[in-house]
Amino acid sequence: MIRSLNANPSWRHAASVACAAVSLAALASAAEPVKVGVLQSLTGTMAISEVTVKNAEILAIDEINASGGVLGRKLQPVVEDGASDPAMFSQKAQKLIQQDKVVTVFGGWTSASRKAMLPVFERFHNLLWYPVQFEGNECSPNIMYSGAQPNQQILPALDWAKEKGYKRIFLLGSDYVFPRTANLILKKHIVHDGLTVAGEEYVPLGGTDFSAVITKIRQAHPEIIFNTLNGDSNVSFFKQMAATGMPPSKLPVMSFSIAEPEAQAMGPSLVAGSYAAWNYFQTLNNALNKKFIAAYRARFGANSVVDDPMVHGYVDVLIWAAAVKKAGSLDPNAVRKAAVQLAAIDSVMGSIKFAPNQSLVQTAFVGQLDSAGMFKILWQSKQPLMPEPYDALAFPGKTCVIR
Amino acid sequence: MGDSAVLLGQLFNGVSVASILLLAAMGLVLSFGLMHVINMAHGEMLMVGGYLSFLTLKFVHGPAAFLACLLVAFAGAALLGALLELSVVRWLYGRPLDTLLATWGVSLILQQAARSIFGPIGVELTAPAWLNRSFSFTQGWLAGVQLPYIRVFIIVLSAAVLGSVALFIGRSQWGMLLRAVHQDREMAESLGVNTRLVDLLVFALGSGVAGLAGSALALISPVTPTVGQSFIVYAFLVTIVGGLGSLLGTALAALLVGIFSAAVQINFSLSTADVLLLLMVVALIQFRPRGLITRNSRSLSEA
Amino acid sequence: MLKHAQFPLYALALALFAFAPELVSPYHLSLLGRFLAFAILALGLTLVWGYGGILSLGQGVFFGLGGYCLAMHLKLAALPPGEIPDFMQWSGLTQLPWFWAPFRNPYFALAALFLVPALLAAGLAWLVFHRRVGGVYFALITQALALALSTFVISQQPYTGGFNGLTDFSSFLGFTLTDPSTQRLLYWLTLAVLALAFAFCSWLVRSNFGKLLTAIRDGENRVRFLGYNPTPYKVAVFALGALLAGLAGALFTLHVGVISPALIGVVPSIEMIIWVAVGGRASLAGAVLGTLIVNFGKDWISSAMPDLWLIVMGLLFILVVTALPGGLTGLGASLRRPVPAFRFPFRFPERKPSSAPTVSIVAPEAEDLP
Repeated sequence: MIRSLNANPSWRHAASVACAAVSLAALASAAEPVKVGVLQSLTGTMAISEVTVKNAEILAIDEINASGGVLGRKLQPVVEDGASDPAMFSQKAQKLIQQDKVVTVFGGWTSASRKAMLPVFERFHNLLWYPVQFEGNECSPNIMYSGAQPNQQILPALDWAKEKGYKRIFLLGSDYVFPRTANLILKKHIVHDGLTVAGEEYVPLGGTDFSAVITKIRQAHPEIIFNTLNGDSNVSFFKQMAATGMPPSKLPVMSFSIAEPEAQAMGPSLVAGSYAAWNYFQTLNNALNKKFIAAYRARFGANSVVDDPMVHGYVDVLIWAAAVKKAGSLDPNAVRKAAVQLAAIDSVMGSIKFAPNQSLVQTAFVGQLDSAGMFKILWQSKQPLMPEPYDALAFPGKTCVIR
Repeated sequence: MGDSAVLLGQLFNGVSVASILLLAAMGLVLSFGLMHVINMAHGEMLMVGGYLSFLTLKFVHGPAAFLACLLVAFAGAALLGALLELSVVRWLYGRPLDTLLATWGVSLILQQAARSIFGPIGVELTAPAWLNRSFSFTQGWLAGVQLPYIRVFIIVLSAAVLGSVALFIGRSQWGMLLRAVHQDREMAESLGVNTRLVDLLVFALGSGVAGLAGSALALISPVTPTVGQSFIVYAFLVTIVGGLGSLLGTALAALLVGIFSAAVQINFSLSTADVLLLLMVVALIQFRPRGLITRNSRSLSEA
Repeated sequence: MLKHAQFPLYALALALFAFAPELVSPYHLSLLGRFLAFAILALGLTLVWGYGGILSLGQGVFFGLGGYCLAMHLKLAALPPGEIPDFMQWSGLTQLPWFWAPFRNPYFALAALFLVPALLAAGLAWLVFHRRVGGVYFALITQALALALSTFVISQQPYTGGFNGLTDFSSFLGFTLTDPSTQRLLYWLTLAVLALAFAFCSWLVRSNFGKLLTAIRDGENRVRFLGYNPTPYKVAVFALGALLAGLAGALFTLHVGVISPALIGVVPSIEMIIWVAVGGRASLAGAVLGTLIVNFGKDWISSAMPDLWLIVMGLLFILVVTALPGGLTGLGASLRRPVPAFRFPFRFPERKPSSAPTVSIVAPEAEDLP
């Protein structure tokens, strides 16, 4: 479904009124801090991943405050807990906008949380910055999609596997929207590229018994597994594979949801040798990255590891601040329009900019886990990739145009 | 891999799942049979067993370390079970549904406590080297079948525990008292049996066995604050199928549920298996409303 | 329940709620709206558990079914002609599945949101109760139902929207949902439905049906000896509870704009029990009160101290069954009259406390006793 602003004329009117109101308010109270929302799961099953994203977002907000804030005003983060529950995300998003009057919100992780928040942001004409790789197929003017689109993470991994000569690919995932859609896209491309889908299996979220799946894998004789399992299921999967004599060193696994913190928590020896595709690895060698890691560790503990979604949360805040400066306004509508007009910036994760479809132009990397739980970067896309919310092969004829 | 090999491999998987279910359900059945209470915090005994094993491995090393884990897990979970019985369950006898709710409350608190202490990320237990291998068949009609030692070990463990508990109930002095209380509580009480102590003992024993289950489970999947919750619903289904209050019934039911799931999983998706399992249980109730094995009784309503 | 002396009190409460849009902020109004929808479910649970003695740990299932029935219509209504919902497209479907098609009609959806939960509940209850299985068994089976259904809904992404659920609706029966005036209307609609459900339940528990229900709760076999077959009564009350839950789910979906499997699993289902237990399990007013207190408490605690919520809820469960089985509305009675279980905590009650006397320890109001 293509959202066009013209289809909803009240948008423009409301936006311009809001714009005027906000600028008036800005003049009246120059010293008052600007409230921005930070909405992640601090409790529940997703807290493990989302708390660190919250930390990175707070770190960026502090850095902006240290350099003088935006439009001469300090930022004041309002942190809320989405409790790993989509309905709670929607409830808290509404609270942030209506009650706390935040000018923008950074947050969300699961697609379910984003889908639940989307109507709220559209209804109140606010702007959400979403930091996680996802399945695409969405195109809302009220969301800035900084996480990878399928063509920026999954398909580059397929290109890499093809270069490496892998021909039979087994698709394994947790049973929810990202793995299913990712695999739908992958299947089209695997067939299109003349490779073979050896099998496709889904395990209920949080599932820990892989005996049946492993039997199916053994029957299918794949050369590589593309793994979109989530959270603790990964530990069970790798353990039970190793116990049946198929560690990642024998049967390669390319994972799309295992980043540095997950690898550390699982015990690096278990997953050593397996591959992952992301738009950022902690081992990226650039000065900004070193500075970011040092700042994060100084604030949140010397042994902290950082990962792709955290970095996306961090750059989201920085780009928002840059867009506010360019627009000279806090109005969400002006900010989102300014954000896509910013020139490419050099960042922790390389050169990035927001494309007109409000998704991030970014580079894809493939890395291999070593025994310390860090990634050795093996491959990277030749240039930053344009984001494609709708895969041309799987969803022909669909495009995302945001005005 | 031939068809018969796949079938056999899956049968083995079913039995291995069944053996964990059996360990998890045994305590539920014992305490329900004797005291008519349902312990929703039973899953958390599994969790405690897992975390205790994890801690034990931090201090004990060597090939026999895992046996120490089993001991610690059993003792720790049994102790916690006794504590739970003394502090909550004891006060609610005769109100099974209320016990269910109160112990659910306990389970929430234990989960949050685990989250605060160990973090929301699952901790991982490294299986001892002697368990980290597998029987593999390379020729004959079984070619391609892999039997990991860990799963074989869990099956053996669960059979051994079942045997010991049966012996304990059938042959020991305490077991005799237990059977007496089970058959007629008032009569046993009037003959001088300290029924409260028997209850406490059985509750602790059941919890201890769940601790063993947690320790065994930690060999194949991570220990998380919610590991108990994800297992408890299946354990309850086993107790419903087996008949509340019969060890043999529980063992049969665990096998039935384990093998049924394994068979469905190989032919359908894993999510469909859950739905079919529930349908099977409801269907089974039509034929055996009190479970597979029932005690003959003139009493009108047992549960 | 609805004594004449209490009538002015209820009227006052209703008037106060009716004026809430003038009194509270829009955000708190939207919270109040969805919590009042929860209260409708709690009324049903009071009938099923408080009066019928049947503990359902799967009420979220019926809540979800009601919500999904309406959400399917809302999803279709938001589409341009000829299109199928977005999640179907990215799951590889090209045509609307047959069972979705009738939901284009809003009246079909309205009928379905009553009938689907009630019929499923009646079917399940009959299968279990006619074999005289009940009590704890039934509670555990309903819990398994919650697990199985939420897993199943997640796994059928092309047909149900999977883990994301259904969201992003635009209008219902010509009302634009995002309109502030529609939001107010929706609030009053929820309040009106709650008031009607409350009046109906009050009447029901005083009718012969209600008396028989309480009798079955306190002594099923005795009722059987008197020549009644308890099964149809138990099935009927369980179906009624499911119907109210489905209605609540539909209203909740309109308020929040999303229905997802996260709302129908094991944990949310058991959380619903605590709403009723806090208010007083056999008191209809208590159900409404408990639902509002627990949910506003959750909203407040989860903002202020996120980690604390589970512990608070755990303690609530323990406290409510051990110290306060009558809940808040039973507080007066609890104080006047010690809870029997506390008089002899170290001895056993009678061998056979019958099948389900779990509720009758404290009767909140004298006239509820048979």
